[in-house]
Amino acid sequence: MAEAQRTTRMWRNLNAKIAAIPMVLTTLVVFVGGTAWTVLYSFTDSKLLPRERWVGFDQYERLWSNSRWLTSIENLMIYGVLSLIFTIVIGFVLAVAMDQKIRFEDTFRTIMLYPFALSFIVTGLVWQWILNPEFGIQSIVRGLGWESFTFNPLDNPDLVLYGLLIAGLWQGTGFVMCLMLAGLRGIDEDIWKAARVDGIPTWKTYVLIILPMMRPVFITTLVLVAAGIIKLYDLVVAQTSGGPGTASQVPAMYVYDYMFQAQNLGQGFAASTMMLLSVLIVLIPWAYLEFGGRKHG
Amino acid sequence: MKNLKLVTALAASVALPSAGFATELEVTHWWTSGGEAAAVAELAKAFDAGGDKWVDGAIAGGGSTARPIMISRITGGDPMGATQFNHGQQALELVEAGLMLDLTDVAEAEGWKEKVFPPSLLEACTVDGRIYCAPVNIHSPEWLWLSNKAYADAGIPVPTNWNEFVASAPQLEAAGKIPLALGNQAWQSNLAFGAITVAVAGLDIWKQVNVEKNMDVAAGPEMAAVFAAVGDARKLAAKSTVQDWNQATNLVLTGEAGGQIMGDWAQGEFQVAGKVAGTDYTCLPGLGLNAYLSTGCDAFYFPKNDDPEIEAAQKRLAALLVSPEVQVAFNLKKGSLPIRGDVDLAAANDCMKKGLEVLAGGNLLPTGDMTWSPDVVKQNEDLMVEFFKSDMAPEAAHAQWVENLKSGL
Repeated sequence: MAEAQRTTRMWRNLNAKIAAIPMVLTTLVVFVGGTAWTVLYSFTDSKLLPRERWVGFDQYERLWSNSRWLTSIENLMIYGVLSLIFTIVIGFVLAVAMDQKIRFEDTFRTIMLYPFALSFIVTGLVWQWILNPEFGIQSIVRGLGWESFTFNPLDNPDLVLYGLLIAGLWQGTGFVMCLMLAGLRGIDEDIWKAARVDGIPTWKTYVLIILPMMRPVFITTLVLVAAGIIKLYDLVVAQTSGGPGTASQVPAMYVYDYMFQAQNLGQGFAASTMMLLSVLIVLIPWAYLEFGGRKHG
Repeated sequence: MKNLKLVTALAASVALPSAGFATELEVTHWWTSGGEAAAVAELAKAFDAGGDKWVDGAIAGGGSTARPIMISRITGGDPMGATQFNHGQQALELVEAGLMLDLTDVAEAEGWKEKVFPPSLLEACTVDGRIYCAPVNIHSPEWLWLSNKAYADAGIPVPTNWNEFVASAPQLEAAGKIPLALGNQAWQSNLAFGAITVAVAGLDIWKQVNVEKNMDVAAGPEMAAVFAAVGDARKLAAKSTVQDWNQATNLVLTGEAGGQIMGDWAQGEFQVAGKVAGTDYTCLPGLGLNAYLSTGCDAFYFPKNDDPEIEAAQKRLAALLVSPEVQVAFNLKKGSLPIRGDVDLAAANDCMKKGLEVLAGGNLLPTGDMTWSPDVVKQNEDLMVEFFKSDMAPEAAHAQWVENLKSGL
């Protein structure tokens, strides 16, 4: 009896299962297979072409004593934390503002979302020009008569990260706003009515009632934004190419440079394995929260 | 079959352009600045005149951007007809993996061994006795380019060597000039370091470090002096915020900056702008201290193809690149030196003549590209760009530099 049940379950939705086979194979071979291969070869001294000469953890030791890699990690942490906080806070505030039944909401929403339609390369170049002292903000303000005004973050090692952050926020917050807005619209109107009957102020309703109810939206946003931060590459390449000096380097650039420019695959693989680890650190808790809880609940 | 191929090749070299022989060959390179593009056009013109078709595959962004693209195309099974590399170790593994066409028969037919000068250029193309690349020009990075206009504006004479240049910097700054123009890209910082090494430490020390790889010398007081000199250069370049080398050259060209340490390819920019060597700009090989030039070289490699027609066209191109006419036409435009001693460069300007003199005098050294692996070069580039853009102590940079070299032993 149980046997028969299992068989029928296996044959249920047969068409859908057959249709999924190519994707499953792609996932297994390209993603899982490629990942395993990369991790494996990070323990070799492969140069331009991969070869199986095992060197243990040598590549990792070199990686973690390299000042450029350490700078990259530090930059990523600063950029990541600030970017996470600001995109989510600004995104949420914008969404709440949109939710006040304002006029021309569609127009505003489109304007806010437009930067997201641009690639990071375009964003990076646009902001490189805006922040360039020769023809950007500095020259405009000086043109208005304030001659001593100096604003040149991209050439200052201490400020360059914030130059990147501005560009990243400009590009990303519109999208977060849309996610948040969808979450807000998903809240039952009755809850608002009940809160109003109880005489709770609007801001308190948002913070104490709506926010906790939007937990799934927040978690999804968090994961999307965090994954985007870890793979941060094209924005930096376009805007600063890692400079001045090594002040705005990020791990993905290290991986690329060492795999292809330095022709040292082993070192590049070790760095990309470390990046994979950090992605997993973000993804596993999310998967646990999203899927783990539901079984019991 | 072999004869037939030879006949085809010979016929193609003399026959009028005819559709029957026209083979398209995609050639990738990273020569995109004004002077460089003009030089490449000469190569294309000569190749097209032979009845084939040069399909230009220029990749912008310099060698460090272009090489990864080229390498992944070759290793990924989508080889181009021919590709530029700085020869030496950059393409070594590709040759060893059997991905490059063996040009030994072309080299023997054309007598490259007797004609290519200095011979080290062909040696760098040779792996296990077989020749795998066609050298096209000698480029040397150890040049200081000075703007006569900047010095005239500041009311001081143009320096004749690096020490005078450093000493004159305060006057230049007082006149509102940037003393030293330097692009922000990592390889440019490393190039400046290399040039200063040869100039300050001299050839013997350079050879002991880079050829004999003596790490005690590398850590010694002579190299410490070099790092101190690089620290001087860092102060002079503090106000230079451009990215690309030709933007930095442009600062010198317009008189906004006093000088730039850059390879002889900078000369192409001066030429395109119609400047005259000696009156508009001054060049000092070996920074005016030690007139040694390293004989780096651009060479073309020909990735293996299955199609025999393409292979024949590749060999035609290889022979063409080394031929005297093409050598003259190409190098006059590019501002670099030809790879054979038997060509007539009567049209060469002041700076090229200085280079030819150094070359004829045999004051040559191999480049870092030939003696160190790309891995070590990259680590040093990272170090130098960090050094130039931060307040890192010269001693700390020196210690790290020695570590980088050791990783390549």
